[in-house]
Amino acid sequence: MTESKHTAAMMERRDFLAAAGSGVIALMATAMVPGIAFAKPEDAAKAISEYTGGKAVQEGKVSLKLPQIAENGNTVPVTVMVDSPQTADNYVKKIHIVSEGNPTPFIASFNLSPMSGKADVSARMRMARTQNVVAVAEMSDGTFFAAKKQIKVTIGGCGG
Amino acid sequence: MAKKPRVKVPKSAKKGDVIQVKTLFSHKMETGLRKDKKTGKLIPRKIINKFECLFNGKEVFSADIHPAVAANPYFAFSCRAEETGEFTFKWTEDGGKVISASRKMKVS
Repeated sequence: MTESKHTAAMMERRDFLAAAGSGVIALMATAMVPGIAFAKPEDAAKAISEYTGGKAVQEGKVSLKLPQIAENGNTVPVTVMVDSPQTADNYVKKIHIVSEGNPTPFIASFNLSPMSGKADVSARMRMARTQNVVAVAEMSDGTFFAAKKQIKVTIGGCGG
Repeated sequence: MAKKPRVKVPKSAKKGDVIQVKTLFSHKMETGLRKDKKTGKLIPRKIINKFECLFNGKEVFSADIHPAVAANPYFAFSCRAEETGEFTFKWTEDGGKVISASRKMKVS
């Protein structure tokens, strides 16, 4: 009797530990988004080459404005400015924003026109963790320019 | 949900001026990665996936949006004022629902 009682107690304890363990994992999981791998810099590079069609990307012209530290990854302001006159024969066609550390590398793509007047776009994005953000600009003559910047994220904004 | 989108455009501008357009749309932008805390199931993705701004029917600016854009998508961009006319703004939600707004601008 006592033995069976003992085992029962043991079982309960084991169950409890197992349950507690899975609870901890579940907690971690909600914080980290389970089963979803974060994009790596290579994924971002792949996304960029998808946008550029494999063409060379030059540095310069693009300026990417981000806060140095984002306390809340749920809403991070971003501004991209590209040095261009935005005239009918010389303008920025597209601006892509790519992440190196979110679940997917894609953030947003903006299509501009000569009517834009200025290549200056602001938006707000989600950042899952500390990472690099890349802005790629496609010019009307088919050349590509990019800028990269690191952002430190205190609380990630992906799992919610 | 059914809140009106917020758009800020100057009522009048001088010809040739570059003006700034600001738009804000109230939307949760469900990423499809979040889990329902009660059921443990993934909440299906529902975001605004496309935003367009046209002036007198011509596209000025548009955005292809991924889940990494924050809730209540905000966009600010520029536009050169050439003629008097009307801005049309369109937000397309996953599933094809389109919400639009318009604003007039006088150019002198």
